[in-house]
Amino acid sequence: MINEFFQLIIGDYTLRIVAMGAIILGLTSGCLGTFAVLRQQSLLGDAIAHATLPGVGLAFMLTQSKNPLILLLGAGMSGWLGTMIILLITKTTRIKKDTALGMVLSVFFGVGLVFLTIIQKMPTATKAGLDKFLFGNAATLLMDDLKVMAVLAGIAIFTLILFWKEFKLIVFDYDFAKSIGVRIHFLDVLLTTLMVMTIVLGLQTVGVVLMSAMLVAPAAAARQWTDKLSVMVLLASIFGILAGLMGALTSSLIENMPTGPTIVVYLSGIVMFSLLLAPHRGLVFDWIKINRQREQIRTSTMLKNLLLFSEINTDPFHPHDMAALRAVGRGAFNRTMLQLLKKGLVKRHDQNRWALTPEGLKVAKRLTALHEESFDVGLT
Amino acid sequence: MSASLEIMILATLVATACAIPGVFLVLRRVALMSDAISHAILLGIVLAFFVVKDISSPWLIIAAAVTGLITVSLTELIIHTRKLKEDAAIGLVFPLLFSMGVILISHYAGDVHLDTQCVLFGEIAFSPFDRLSFHDIDMGPRGIWVMSVVLLLNLAFVGLFYKELKIATFDPGLATVLGFYPIFIHYALMSLTSITAVGAFDSVGSILVVAMMITPPAAAYLLTDRLSRMLILSIFFGTMSALSGYWVAQRIDASIAGSMALMSGVIFLIVFIFAPERGLLARMFFKRWRRWDFATQMLAIHLLQAEITHADATEHVVSHMYHHMLWDPEFTSEVIAQGLEDGLIKKFGEKLTLTPYGREKAKNIIAHQ
Repeated sequence: MINEFFQLIIGDYTLRIVAMGAIILGLTSGCLGTFAVLRQQSLLGDAIAHATLPGVGLAFMLTQSKNPLILLLGAGMSGWLGTMIILLITKTTRIKKDTALGMVLSVFFGVGLVFLTIIQKMPTATKAGLDKFLFGNAATLLMDDLKVMAVLAGIAIFTLILFWKEFKLIVFDYDFAKSIGVRIHFLDVLLTTLMVMTIVLGLQTVGVVLMSAMLVAPAAAARQWTDKLSVMVLLASIFGILAGLMGALTSSLIENMPTGPTIVVYLSGIVMFSLLLAPHRGLVFDWIKINRQREQIRTSTMLKNLLLFSEINTDPFHPHDMAALRAVGRGAFNRTMLQLLKKGLVKRHDQNRWALTPEGLKVAKRLTALHEESFDVGLT
Repeated sequence: MSASLEIMILATLVATACAIPGVFLVLRRVALMSDAISHAILLGIVLAFFVVKDISSPWLIIAAAVTGLITVSLTELIIHTRKLKEDAAIGLVFPLLFSMGVILISHYAGDVHLDTQCVLFGEIAFSPFDRLSFHDIDMGPRGIWVMSVVLLLNLAFVGLFYKELKIATFDPGLATVLGFYPIFIHYALMSLTSITAVGAFDSVGSILVVAMMITPPAAAYLLTDRLSRMLILSIFFGTMSALSGYWVAQRIDASIAGSMALMSGVIFLIVFIFAPERGLLARMFFKRWRRWDFATQMLAIHLLQAEITHADATEHVVSHMYHHMLWDPEFTSEVIAQGLEDGLIKKFGEKLTLTPYGREKAKNIIAHQ
């Protein structure tokens, strides 16, 4: 089955290009997306992506050419302009980031639509095909597109490696970087420019509307699995490539499947899996850990209470009434007793009464001592 | 009623209805929730359409509004787990819901009324064709009725809960203490945003709703500090964007919704540059004015000090002033001219002296420091 699948990809020229495009896209957006997510700029990506649309339209109107280099250059320039406007608005007025992002996103997109509708009514024959910039269409990728994508990706990744140390510093300790004289402003602009490049190279495959997910999702998933930046970049790239490949191929093989949304669905699957099941940070892991801690507190409290009751009675193995134990316990009485019974720390006298075993007494005494000790430490 | 008049009325209704919740979204710093909601409601609309098979059923609106609320809660749920920051959570939830909607449309509903183009563009130009009739009497376009109801709902909500909205927006802590439940206000506002987005969806599509919700309030925010004025200004700017947008669209033969968004941006730009107090120009003038004001004050203080210490008469000579003040000669002569104009100093030949007014002012400045 998998073999046949690969045969299909390698054998079919179009699919081969689609697959290569998806790999380039996934790799680059995984790398740059990591920085976007860690710097809490996920939504900046969304704004930039939408802001590229008027650039595509204007570049086509001015040159009448569908050369990917020209269209993507226009896209990049207008995306960059959008970013600068966001910066200008947030730096010079009291308008907050979210509003500035939303405005640039929607107004630029509106301008893009105005251009697209004008182009649709132009009498030239070559006008068709700009629609793919909205939702992306991997199946229409050409070798020329692939070359431009590869060059953009190469530049972006090379720059990232070149400034790796500096970027790492501004991601994790912006103020420290500032204090030791790192060129913060330059690095900020450089990193944002790389982000614009990454978004631009994904436009034909994923489209302006959903390109931001290509940045955010792989990085968000990768964050669950590691605390190391280099590992996170690597994982995000792998996730990006995986979802990109699956999405691009699915949409190429099934009719009426827009590529962008298909990739997003795969990406969301990876994110959900990671959020739930990643070791250490996953939600299921959290849940298990919390439950185990609660259980521990319940059982140790029960043992200590049994010891406390026994001290009044002089006989440490005197059985105590269930109702009394339940009243001072931490809930889940039956389960707690069953667990202690299994470990041989308590025994059941009759229907309603429980007592410590010699082993249980030892543990209870140790726990109480430990508790008092930690209490002492806490006080002094 | 002519078709173009109907379109203009609908555009104005959309802009007005959007501006009202938009004011609170901007003030509460959740502007991008409108983006998330307006995208995600598509899934609700599509799913409801598959169930009822009727594009004009009110169930579509209800389903969409519910989806909007689900989006908000889902995003907040993810933020609550503290695994992801707010921006990433928003950036993950709505693309998924939107993508599912788009896939369903393009894969299963290829030739019905819904298509991916109108999801993004809206189709306000076609609104006069979708008419409502009552006992065979034409009641006008359906869109106008829907948006009127939405607008009334928004106005009623803001009118009834004005005080609560105001306190919950500007001082959530106080609102909690007073027993206003900011959480309730938050979700009420999100419901309102969802309903407005659904109503406007047919006309302007899912992305340009954001422009209509956020841009007019952002422009108004640069002009006033009062909530009531901000609401009125936002509605005014919204209406202006709608009407001028329609006009532009007619002139250049382009998308009406796109032109409305474009014009809202243009209005913001004008306010951004020319706003009195907070505009770009006003701030530039103020900065310059402050620089000159400071320089003439320094000159007056310098002359006062020279008077007190009975310093050499050369201290007062115009040609030496730049040397004492560490200014360049050109700037110095400009400052002296400004000082003369303001009546702070007098010039006798080459010698500068303070006027009584200038002396008083210089003493005042020193005394206050």
